[in-house]
Amino acid sequence: MILGRVVGQAVSTHKRPQFAGATLLLVQPETPAGVAVGTTLLAIDSVGAGVSERVLVVIEGRAAGEALGQKLAPVDAAIIGIVDHVDAVD
Amino acid sequence: MQIGRVIGGVVATRKQPGFDGITLLLVQPLGPSREPQGRPIVAVDSVGAGVGEDVFFVRGKEASFPFHPTEVPADAGIVGILDYWTLGER
Repeated sequence: MILGRVVGQAVSTHKRPQFAGATLLLVQPETPAGVAVGTTLLAIDSVGAGVSERVLVVIEGRAAGEALGQKLAPVDAAIIGIVDHVDAVD
Repeated sequence: MQIGRVIGGVVATRKQPGFDGITLLLVQPLGPSREPQGRPIVAVDSVGAGVGEDVFFVRGKEASFPFHPTEVPADAGIVGILDYWTLGER
């Protein structure tokens, strides 16, 4: 999993049926210290995360499909947790 | 997944048979502010996307799931057309 922050939300009417009802959130990956790093990704939300919240994201198809609860879902990223805090030593 | 814009198509007559009848589109990945992010990729299309449309695409084995049970050896696939996205402040 990676750490990231929700920076936005996307809306799609025309999509694969497995995405029906799913929330699509834009996530900016971050270092443990909270510094933005890498490219923004679009993840389905399985925990009710909101914009500006720090989240835990799986970026692997099988895990993301389980989070979506759909078989053969063409999905590769899912928010699977909202981070309360991170303890990291430098 | 990632967001991107369809900027063209690719035609390949000689290809793996799994690709028969499948449209290949050129997609420029975009950042949240619509800035190009990285180089364009070629993706299989399962939603009928067209040039100029904003889409989201999946990477990896999951790109072939919309064509199940056909085994398509693709590693990127458009799985939805985006109506819009919104950004929140951090």
